[in-house]
Amino acid sequence: MGGKMKIFSFGVVLTTLFTSFVSLAGTLVINNNQSDPRAKEVMYAFIDAFDKAHPEVTVVVNDFDHEEYKVAIRNFLQADAPDIAVWFAGNRMKFFVDQGLFEDVSDVWESAGLNDSMAASKGSLTVDGKQYGVPYAYYQWGVYYRKDIFDKLGLNEPRDFEEFKWVCAMLKKNGYTPITIGTKYLWTAAAWFDYMNMRINGYNFHMDLMAGNASYEDPRLDDVFDKWAELSNAGYYLEDHASLSWQEAITPMINGEAAMYLMGNFVVPFFEDAGVADNVDYFQFPMVYKGVGMAEDAPTDTFHIPSGAKNKEDAKKFLAFLANPDAAKALAEDNGSLTPNSNATPPSDRFKQQGFAVLSSASDIAQFYDRDTHPDMHGDGMKGFQEFMVKPERIGAIRSRLDKTRKRVFSSN
Amino acid sequence: MDRGLLGLSGDLKNWKWVGLGNYKELFFDDYEFPTLIINNIKWLILSLLVIPIGLGLAIFLNQNIKEMKFIKPLFFFPFVINLVVVGLIFSWFYLPKYGFLDLVFRSLGLEPIAFLAEESLATYAIIFAFFWPSIAYTMIIYLTGLTNVNREIVEAGRIDGAMGFKMFWYVILPQLKPATFIATVVTVVGALRSFDMVAIMTKGGPWGSSSVLAYKMYEEALFSYRMGYGSAIATILFIIMDIYIVWFLYRLFQNEKSEK
Repeated sequence: MGGKMKIFSFGVVLTTLFTSFVSLAGTLVINNNQSDPRAKEVMYAFIDAFDKAHPEVTVVVNDFDHEEYKVAIRNFLQADAPDIAVWFAGNRMKFFVDQGLFEDVSDVWESAGLNDSMAASKGSLTVDGKQYGVPYAYYQWGVYYRKDIFDKLGLNEPRDFEEFKWVCAMLKKNGYTPITIGTKYLWTAAAWFDYMNMRINGYNFHMDLMAGNASYEDPRLDDVFDKWAELSNAGYYLEDHASLSWQEAITPMINGEAAMYLMGNFVVPFFEDAGVADNVDYFQFPMVYKGVGMAEDAPTDTFHIPSGAKNKEDAKKFLAFLANPDAAKALAEDNGSLTPNSNATPPSDRFKQQGFAVLSSASDIAQFYDRDTHPDMHGDGMKGFQEFMVKPERIGAIRSRLDKTRKRVFSSN
Repeated sequence: MDRGLLGLSGDLKNWKWVGLGNYKELFFDDYEFPTLIINNIKWLILSLLVIPIGLGLAIFLNQNIKEMKFIKPLFFFPFVINLVVVGLIFSWFYLPKYGFLDLVFRSLGLEPIAFLAEESLATYAIIFAFFWPSIAYTMIIYLTGLTNVNREIVEAGRIDGAMGFKMFWYVILPQLKPATFIATVVTVVGALRSFDMVAIMTKGGPWGSSSVLAYKMYEEALFSYRMGYGSAIATILFIIMDIYIVWFLYRLFQNEKSEK
C-alpha cells in the first residue's frame, strides 16, 4: 500500500469489474493502477512512447482505482488475465509467484541487459533465482518538513532521536503541530513502526518479524513501542489523525500549522501544486542507536506478465522497453520517484537527489510493512499500530492480539 | 485453521477441509466479533427511527399549498444521490478542523469533537449520515401512501367525531400499513447491509471500532484473502437477516389470514 492512495471511487470499480477485457491478436492489454491525476498522466506518456517505438502493437489500457486494484488483481489474474499487470515488488509479488500466477521473465532481464542496468533492484524481483517482473519506479521515505518554520525557530535537521524529540518539543512549545499524519487508511502508521523498529532493532530482526519468525511480544520490541509512545504521549502527532486520509493530513503542513511528515517522496507533487515546495525540505529518519545500520523503506513499483496472458510476446517487448533510459527516467521521475535504471541520467530535482543519496548509502532496503509481511497479517498489524498511536496504554493487549494473528497466518502456510 | 469450510485459502490453491473451524474462530477467537454484533444491533435499532421521522415529514409535505411544489424536491434530493456520495459529503462534514461541524462547534464556543476519530462515537456518526438518504426514502413511500388514503373513510371518521391525533392514529395510520411495511423492510435491510457508508467514512476505523459484519466480510475475503472466513461471516449475517425476515413474513401471513 505504501503508495498513492485515493478517494474511493465505486464507479471505477464497478465498470472495471464488469467490463470484460478486450484481447485480440497484436493487442497488448495493460491493467493500470495509477489513478492519481499526475501518476496516470505519466503512465500514459510512457505507454505512448512504447506505442511509437512499436507501432505494430495496439495497446489497450484498463484503468483501476489504486486501492481497488489490490482487490481486483486477485480476481483478474485467474479469471481474465491482462498481458501486463502493474504491481509491487517483494512479498506482494511473491504471493502471486507462489501460486504460479506470474510468468518467469528472466529471459527479458538477460536479453534487455537489465541484469546490469537494474542490478540494485534485482533482489526484490527474484524468487528462487528467477525474475518475475521488471521494476519501473522506487522512492525514498523520510521526514518532509517546513524549512521556514525550522528557520524561524532556529531549529536544525535532527541527527538522532533525542534531537528529534527536542525539535518536536520546541515546535509544540511555539504552537505548531510537530508531526502531521492521517491514519484513516492505516499504512501511514506502519511507516513509523518500520522506521522505529529498523532503527532500534535493525533490518534483520525487522525482516524476521515480517516473515513471521519473530513474535510481536518479543521483548526487543518493548523499546520500539516505548520510544514511539513518548511521541504520542507528548502530543506531537496531529490530533484526530484516525479520521484523516494521508492527503487530508497534508493540509496543515501546507497551511504552515504542522511542521513534519514522515512520507514517501510521492508527497512532493502535492507541495508543488500548493506552491509551498520551496519551503519544504527533507531529512532521513534520524538514527536512534549508534551501530544499528540505517535501513530504509523504498517501495518498488513493478510490471508483471500474468501466466494467463494471451500476448506474452508483445508483453515482453513492453518490459524490455524499460531498458530505454529516457523512457524509464520519465516514467519514474515525472511522478516523484526514482528510476531503477542506472543508465538514466541522475535526477536533477533536489528531493530525488537527496533520496538517491540516502538510498545509495542505506545499509538495507525494505519494501514497506504492507509489502514485506503477509497480506493476511498487515490488516490487523496496521490497525494495531493506529490504535497504539491514539491509545498507547493498550499496547499489551494490542501486541498479544497481533501475535495471535501472526501465529494463525504463518502457521498455516 | 485458516482455511474455510469449503475454504478458499489465502494462497488460493491449497484448499483444506476445516469443518466448522471458521465459525469457531469467529465466535471464540476473533476479538472484533463482539464489536461487530453490537454495531449491527446499533444500526438495526437506530435506523428504525427513520420510519416515524419519514412519516412526520411526509405528513408535513402532504399539504395542498402552492409553495410545496418547490419544497418537496429539496426533500427528495438526498434519496437521489448515491450512498457513496452521501458518505463523502458527511466525512467532509465531520472533518476535524476544516469541516462544517467543527466550525459550528467552535462558533458556539464548544470544544470540537472529531466524531469519526472517536471509537465510541464513530458508529453513531455514520448512522446519523445514513439517516439523511433513508429518511427521504421512507418519506417518499409515505407520501405515495398518503395519496391512497381513502377520503370516504376519513369523512366517515370526521362524522363520528375523530379529530387530530385520534384521526391520525385510528383512521389514517391503519391505511398506511402497506407503506409502513415496505418502509420497515427497506430500512432494516439497508441497515444490515450498511457497507458502503462504513467503507467510505471510516474504513471500519478507528481500529475496527465502527466495523460491521458486512464490512468485516469484505475485509477478510477481499483484503486479507480469506474467502472461507469471509463466507462464514456472510452466513452469520444471512442468519440474522433470516430471523427478521421469518418474523416479518409470519406477521404478514397472520394479517392476511385475519383479513379473509
